[in-house]
Amino acid sequence: MARAATTTDVFNAVAEPRRRQILDVLTDGERPVNDLVRVLGLPQPQVSKHLRVLRAVGAVEVRDRGRQRLYRLNGRALKPIHDWVRHYERSWSERLGQLDVVLQELQHQQEGDGGGDE
Amino acid sequence: MTSDGTAKVTLPADEQILITREFDVPRHLVYRAWTTPELVRRWWSGERGEMTTVEIDLRVGGRWRYVMVTEGGGEVAFHGEYREIIPDERIVYTEVFEGTPDVQALTAVTFTGAAGQTTLAILIRYGGGQERDAHSAYMQDGLEEALDLLGRTAKALARR
Repeated sequence: MARAATTTDVFNAVAEPRRRQILDVLTDGERPVNDLVRVLGLPQPQVSKHLRVLRAVGAVEVRDRGRQRLYRLNGRALKPIHDWVRHYERSWSERLGQLDVVLQELQHQQEGDGGGDE
Repeated sequence: MTSDGTAKVTLPADEQILITREFDVPRHLVYRAWTTPELVRRWWSGERGEMTTVEIDLRVGGRWRYVMVTEGGGEVAFHGEYREIIPDERIVYTEVFEGTPDVQALTAVTFTGAAGQTTLAILIRYGGGQERDAHSAYMQDGLEEALDLLGRTAKALARR
């Protein structure tokens, strides 16, 4: 499976289950990388690799506190996903809302013809 | 479930999207509006443009093709083939967005209800038996993750 685009697209970046797990953990707040290693049960280099991908698309941000690297979620970067779903839901709502208009008219016509349903 | 006039989008399984909506009309009317070209022409584009083509060959193995022109002048076209037709109850068809011709969905539309009420359910399945190429994988993953992450990102955004 092509993974080339993972570092440029937030949709692809979050398609990887481990990276979603990282985002999940970070929804509860900022965490040092050691915590993430423990929660995920993966070797640190792998966790760091996932964090690099998430950073590249802006889904997480990092800051240093003393010797610790703290990661946190960046909701803004995830907004395209949020917007995409909203868009999808809205366009179906509009489409089926328009269908409803047509249906009301059909029913009105039927009643006008004196023909009951069924 | 009451009719609140909005479509509900849920994810019943991997690679599946379910859209449901209630209507206060009998189901044979909903079926008719779904399968009659002159009627489809009036609702399918929603508020996003005008339908320029609605072709429906309503029989198993028959083809369909819809083309919409958006307000910006862009053309959005879909086509597919009917796989199953039970009048007033259920239609199953394949669906390809012509912008991504390698990605085919299998869509099952069911019409249920009684006493002048209809529940319309549109189940869209991606990758059913299809080879998962990079493109369809992207589409599928994108869809799943999009829906999956909605709740979590909302939670995260709410803290800001």
